[in-house]
Amino acid sequence: MSDTFFSGAPHWTWFIIPYFFVGGLAGGACFLAAALDWFGRPEDRPVVRTGYDIAAVGAILSGLLLTIDLGRPLRFWHMLFQSENFPALMFKGWSPISFGAWAILLFGLLSVLSALGARTEEGRLQMPALRAVGGLVKGGVAKLVGGAGGLLGLFIAGYTGILLSVTNRPIWADSPWLGALFIASGVSTGAAALILLSPGRGATERSLGWLSSFDTKALVVELLVLIAFIVSLGSVNRVWVSIWGLLLLVGVVWFGILAPLRMHAQRRPLATAARLVLVGGFLLRLTTILASEAIDRYRVAAGL
Amino acid sequence: MPEPMGFFTDTTVCIGCKACEVACKEWNQLPAENGGIGELSGDSYDNTRKLDGIHWRHVRFIEQFKGPYDGRWLMMSDVCKHCVQAGCLEVCPTGAIIRTEFDTVVIQSDVCNGCRACIAACPFGVIDVNPVSGTAQKCTLCYDRLKVGLEPACSKACPTDSIQFGSIVELRTRAHKRVDQLKAQGVKAELYGADPDGALGGLNSFYLLVDEPEVYGLPRKPALPSRNLAKSASFSFASAAVLGVLALVGLRKRRMDEMGGPGGGGAS
Repeated sequence: MSDTFFSGAPHWTWFIIPYFFVGGLAGGACFLAAALDWFGRPEDRPVVRTGYDIAAVGAILSGLLLTIDLGRPLRFWHMLFQSENFPALMFKGWSPISFGAWAILLFGLLSVLSALGARTEEGRLQMPALRAVGGLVKGGVAKLVGGAGGLLGLFIAGYTGILLSVTNRPIWADSPWLGALFIASGVSTGAAALILLSPGRGATERSLGWLSSFDTKALVVELLVLIAFIVSLGSVNRVWVSIWGLLLLVGVVWFGILAPLRMHAQRRPLATAARLVLVGGFLLRLTTILASEAIDRYRVAAGL
Repeated sequence: MPEPMGFFTDTTVCIGCKACEVACKEWNQLPAENGGIGELSGDSYDNTRKLDGIHWRHVRFIEQFKGPYDGRWLMMSDVCKHCVQAGCLEVCPTGAIIRTEFDTVVIQSDVCNGCRACIAACPFGVIDVNPVSGTAQKCTLCYDRLKVGLEPACSKACPTDSIQFGSIVELRTRAHKRVDQLKAQGVKAELYGADPDGALGGLNSFYLLVDEPEVYGLPRKPALPSRNLAKSASFSFASAAVLGVLALVGLRKRRMDEMGGPGGGGAS
């Protein structure tokens, strides 16, 4: 029996699961927006603007979900500053939850700046103050801010998996692949969100075609990493003999990866494939978290 | 500077009276579970069942019976191990978890914000949230009592000296003598967590066991959560790099196709 079965469940459930999903999606969308911002064509601008919007909204939502989940939400700032020694910074480079808190803050800042810049470019900002800030984010500055946000987006998508691995819980600490898996899933859900939302901002068929093509590759990477993750669990895999295992197989692998891959290959409606990818991405977070949360250490330890 | 202090728990003399649990609850003013309404476990005489935010001591009953007249009871008063290398302290993002001058590990409730990272990090399942404070809580090894020269409430209350409090060096000497004594009597006895070169740099609350650690709900080789950090980060970086390259190659291919395609104007 893995030694992880003797640890306690942290009750990371109904705020953390959506956070892992939203954070991954926002990070993935920001990465793709930045990639198109730097290396795309002028016709990709609607996708870029949509991506920065998704990142900004996702980052704000992530911060809210994380704060609400705390046992003492008003003490959220204790993650960033030493409460007894303010304004000294609180940072532990070896603790994913500590550097993750800083990463979320920075990602939120950069993605909001990028979104304001993109909205100013479109002439969609009404408030003078926001327009003034957005007006500063243009040209080279916009590219730098977007690029940094994009790289940080990949980090946000993946650090949640590393956070789970750096514990002593079953499944999470039994495999080093969760971070890699969440990055692949974050990027594929980010692409799916862009496929669904960017046509409303004027995205061209060619931009959507590239997103579809990239999503196919990201889904293949996700499937391969998922297989590596399952193989690495070894004897711990018996925890999947449960409703969570069924959901992983049917919801994530079949509906969330294989079915969209087939749709992309057959050039079926992109929107349906994108919706399935989003559902699969959410179920991936749900199953990996709840399968571990559900393990009762005492029942297992006692062999009951 | 005080020397490292801790507990040596000799499970062979525990009688399961739960005086330690009661003393701990009394001294630390821990609330009752479920509003004080008794809830029976239904499958054991032990109704506390586990350590958590409001049970900082738990006397575990292990009922090993092959038949009505063939078996034995093992009892162990479980508590925070006050690890020399503590996983909870390692991951705590607020600095709420500290190491004291007695080499014990204490959660400062006024600093903790209830993120619960420490719960998942502890290899022993010791920590949980106290629903009254909304913060993570566990045994403090009675830090307030130690500060004024008193011994912890649990060991003070233990009627059989199953829980012994003292300096770690002295406790280890005493524990080894007890193991030798038991082995001379033909009892299979081993120390768990007493080796300073062992897992987690040794435990400042260590145990004398007469069966495998797993039987007592203890991991055989407890480890720090950070053991996974480098490998997990490397794999994540590799995944990000692969996806980044795929995105860039895809964009380049699209550009090449456009330049080579009809109306593309050819390569320039």
